[in-house]
Amino acid sequence: MLSRIAESMFWIGRYLERADGTARILDVHLQLLLEDPWLDEDASCRVLLGVMGAEPVALEEKVTRLTMLNRLAYAREPGSIVDSLRAARANARRARETISTEMWESLNTTYNALTPTGRAGRGPHQFMDWVRERVATVVGIADSTMSRDEPWHFLLLGRSIERVDMTARMLASEDLRGSSGPAWALVLRSCGAHEAFVRAFGAAATEDRALEFMLLDRLFPRSVVNALLTAESCLAALEVDSVSATRRLGVRDDARRLLGRQRTDLEYRPLSQMLLDPAGEMEELQRAVSQSSEAISRRYFPRGVATSWVREVS
Amino acid sequence: MYAAPGQPRPAYEKLHAALSKLTGAELRGRVDVVARTYLDAGVTFDIGGEERPFPLDVVPRVITAQEWSEVEAGVAQRVRALEAFLEDVYGPQTAVRDGVIPRRVVTSSAHFHRAAAGIEPVAGVRVHVSGIDLIRDERGEFRVLEDNVRVPSGVSYVLENRQAVSQVLPEPFLAQRVRPVHDYPRRLLAALRATAPDAEADPNVVVLTPGIFNSAYFEHALLARTMGVELVEGSDLVCHGGRLWMRTTSGERRVDVVYRRVDDEYLDPVHFRADSMLGCPGLLSVARAGNVTLANAVGNGVADDKLVYTYLPDLTRYYLAEEPLLRNVDTWRLEEPEALEEVLDRLDELVVKPVDGSGGKGLVIGPAASRAELDVLRQRLIADPRGWIAQPVISLSTIPTVIDDKLAPRHVDLRPFAVNSGDEVWVLPGGLTRVAMPEGQLVVNSSQGGGSKDTWVIGDDATPPRPSRRPARQAQMAGPDLAPDDARGEQQQQQQQQRHQQRHQQRQQGCGERTC
Repeated sequence: MLSRIAESMFWIGRYLERADGTARILDVHLQLLLEDPWLDEDASCRVLLGVMGAEPVALEEKVTRLTMLNRLAYAREPGSIVDSLRAARANARRARETISTEMWESLNTTYNALTPTGRAGRGPHQFMDWVRERVATVVGIADSTMSRDEPWHFLLLGRSIERVDMTARMLASEDLRGSSGPAWALVLRSCGAHEAFVRAFGAAATEDRALEFMLLDRLFPRSVVNALLTAESCLAALEVDSVSATRRLGVRDDARRLLGRQRTDLEYRPLSQMLLDPAGEMEELQRAVSQSSEAISRRYFPRGVATSWVREVS
Repeated sequence: MYAAPGQPRPAYEKLHAALSKLTGAELRGRVDVVARTYLDAGVTFDIGGEERPFPLDVVPRVITAQEWSEVEAGVAQRVRALEAFLEDVYGPQTAVRDGVIPRRVVTSSAHFHRAAAGIEPVAGVRVHVSGIDLIRDERGEFRVLEDNVRVPSGVSYVLENRQAVSQVLPEPFLAQRVRPVHDYPRRLLAALRATAPDAEADPNVVVLTPGIFNSAYFEHALLARTMGVELVEGSDLVCHGGRLWMRTTSGERRVDVVYRRVDDEYLDPVHFRADSMLGCPGLLSVARAGNVTLANAVGNGVADDKLVYTYLPDLTRYYLAEEPLLRNVDTWRLEEPEALEEVLDRLDELVVKPVDGSGGKGLVIGPAASRAELDVLRQRLIADPRGWIAQPVISLSTIPTVIDDKLAPRHVDLRPFAVNSGDEVWVLPGGLTRVAMPEGQLVVNSSQGGGSKDTWVIGDDATPPRPSRRPARQAQMAGPDLAPDDARGEQQQQQQQQRHQQRHQQRQQGCGERTC
């Protein structure tokens, strides 16, 4: 397939997952701010903005839940939910002939409803709910209408990589807050993981168990390890066409190597070691994700160099 | 639509009957559904960087089988004449030598590209795709308004309009046999493949778009999608080794046919505009070497130059030895001194158009123009008579159109689309009917805020009816009763489950019977 389209598919996946993840994280934090009247609103919101990679706010300016909501959800700045969905749709428009009409219409309808008038009457919680539902719809339609060929693998790769990143951010944000029992339940709930977790380990399970579940559970789709495994399998599928020697002699693909190393590190290191500095670990994970994303770009999305044609002049 | 007030023309009887049953509010409701559908589906047209839903009026235009057969034959003939002219112009120029068309008319055309001379297109096809604009004059006769043989757009709206209108107006649609339009992508792909450098060897076709900011991007994407080919941008392409390639995730892949929706001037910075990022450097050399087919061919613009247009009837007689089936609109050639003099005297009653314009740009309608505008125009005509033509104001035919919950007559034209594979010129039964929305307005171009209508070509009575469907086998389609409310029900359910399991096992063993 065209490199440009592959890149678009990858980014559609990333942006959809980012919108979904951001909606989940924001929802949890708004809930926490409501439930805990002693919480320092300004500090807590600053931390979250930092974790989400938003531009820092000047110290003299007070950060409220509204500022946070505006910047991470409604603003047209990079990384906000509205901007992610807009970017996903822009990429889909460029890949219009590759994605299915149903998927396109679902994404386009979502985009059309993003205007302030389209949002009217939806409170923050309803908006987050709606975003999660729309993303699930788009992804679900893609699931059932796309062939499992290259475009599909790039879409899934983008989603998985972004999912690792978002889950890492979610876990990091919780750690930074100085966690207590119910907060963990909220994080799990925001991942749609609470019920799965309770079924696996019982309601009496500890906070460590929750972290372990979100990091290492091979069966739960939003855990870091599961997302890493999915990303690796996408890369492996994409590589099938290339030299068969790679199958015999380790892994040649930089992106796959980076992700695989992170996964095995998580799987084979004792959890106790990880718990010494979860925030640091999560940052490390995010770094690896961004490096592997760059490696994917280098390998699959080479840009046409503007000056390269000079030699073609006859 | 009407023969006399309240008396629909025969072709419109069924449509009229169905529409008369709708109240204003119902009509409005259907209009809204169309608008919403188009917005959701992203059926849009870019005006000044803003995406707007492509305007579609729900009331279709109806063309009888008889009328259509005339249009079809006339358009096909026109395309054959245009092909012959292009082949001659970029070849021996016998028409010039024989005095059918003056040499200066050809060589002074802005779209006559010497770079195209000597490029021998496969199967002699230069006009793979064309849109011949027709109008119906006061007497009901179809006339050619202009030829579009560069990158004519609009066919995607023909396909989309049909889907939308058949959904919101199923009643009149079902009441008659409307010829389908969905065959277009298949025909287009077949024609493109047939004109590939090596048509036998599974040629690779692509659609080349300037990108998402082009006003017709929706169409480019739709054609690529419905043909099942890649939609490429200039940066996806690269020429080397005398071939054209596209960059893919598994290396470079050869391209054999480019259905390009990029204008000549931007197609190849080596030959045309050096600053263009929309095309691919070296593309023309590859085409000249016969290693890639460009559809449409470079330099076609000379054939749809509006001054050359005035010679088309003569050229048709010259090349095809046939009388033109569709007449031109009467036109003054301003480069002829007497014509210029007459036109300057009557500017306030004529339509004046630039010869190389498109989309209604630069067009001046005398009766609607101010004195100052006409003075400016006069100076421009005197300065550059080759650049303009003049035509009488023709009262285009009107069709009822929904305006504020009511039907009101609005002027329309028609752009039928033809595909030439070299063996055959195929005319899509339908075409884009464009409608001028403001009252009395005569300019219908989309870029001027015009709307569109679905065009219904009624099937010939001789067309055999389609085989009726088999009745559905309802008994076998019904699922198991899933809500038993007593013990007996439960038993039934268990039995049913068992049966299901048995069937499932049978299916796994590969000998299950098909249930529906």
